[in-house]
Amino acid sequence: MTDILERARTKVLENGEGLSYDELVEVLQLPEDQVPALLELAHEVRMTHCGPEVEVEGIISLKTGGCPEDCHFCSQSGQFTSPVRSVWLDIPQLVKAAEETAATGATEFCIVAAVRGPDERLMSQVRDGIRAIQEAVDINVACSLGMLTQEQVDDLRAMGVHRYNHNLEAARSYFPSVVTTHSFEERWETCEMVRESGMELCCGGLVGMGETLEQRAELAAQLAELDPHEVPLNFLNPRPGTPFGDLPLMDSQDALRTIAAFRLAMPRTVLRYAGGRELTLGDLGTRDGLLGGINAVIVGNYLTTLGRDADEDLALLSDLKMPIKELAKTL
Amino acid sequence: MFCGHCGEQVSARDHTVCDVQLVMEPPRFCTACGRRMKVQVAPRGWTATCVEHGVLSS
Repeated sequence: MTDILERARTKVLENGEGLSYDELVEVLQLPEDQVPALLELAHEVRMTHCGPEVEVEGIISLKTGGCPEDCHFCSQSGQFTSPVRSVWLDIPQLVKAAEETAATGATEFCIVAAVRGPDERLMSQVRDGIRAIQEAVDINVACSLGMLTQEQVDDLRAMGVHRYNHNLEAARSYFPSVVTTHSFEERWETCEMVRESGMELCCGGLVGMGETLEQRAELAAQLAELDPHEVPLNFLNPRPGTPFGDLPLMDSQDALRTIAAFRLAMPRTVLRYAGGRELTLGDLGTRDGLLGGINAVIVGNYLTTLGRDADEDLALLSDLKMPIKELAKTL
Repeated sequence: MFCGHCGEQVSARDHTVCDVQLVMEPPRFCTACGRRMKVQVAPRGWTATCVEHGVLSS
């Protein structure tokens, strides 16, 4: 076993501390023949500090497309020639999606809007939607509505929002190459407001966007500093018409190293498979990631693209003897 | 006939790559007229609406 894996075993598995930036760089540089040992250690860390349960979530786009921001990976930006058209979801469809999500055993249902931040119309729609969902479905409601003011944070908390998603997206040093219409610091401020409000903070990012290995480690270290309850890990799915539309898919071994590194940076977080894993990892890699630090999944489709069939993921979890986390244990 | 992925005429070129893409994403263009459709993806399905040819769903 290499030196960094021995140190990680002591520091993360035994002492429950996350690895530092320098240590994460070492992890991400491990040769391919060391990846199985790395994943095994990350899995031990997850089982020790989080347990065998897997948190299942469904997501829905309440307002699709037409976003004024220029996140270079996103097909919903109105600044690119993406084929995604602007569309709003109505409340009955929102409730139906929540019911379908709950039927999979999921405990989280996240309402997402492609906006810089919510305006009055969107806040009103979210308020009505959450009320309708709460009357019809037993599921935690999460939201992802962009950057917030303190008043909006307080409003969402009062509506009963359980968790709020706002990703860092990329490491601070790479962020200007990914987004130019707002800053890393603006994102960070919203995350801090959410965390301090008492809502659970969901904050992750994307990898495979042309960042260096060091910047991947930097993102993990910056997320660890923020200490979110949940970290969704996305792998770039290059979308037509976006500035990152011609980038290649991330190498699957690099993706698995990244999963393990994120787990070793944040031993107790909910580390969720998010977009792009089907293309980057395939079925076998998806299984490897669940045995390498991942302890949460998004079931079914994403916001504008399709995911694996929810039944396939649930069968995989059953096969791996990983029980789905129950609602009572998420509160 | 038009490609549901790129919106070009099917006869214009080879659309094998588009067909592969459509396994993991809903169609964005109406195959009858090539218009860009309004698409709503949900956790367990999708609908795509063409202003001229109506609603298509998974």
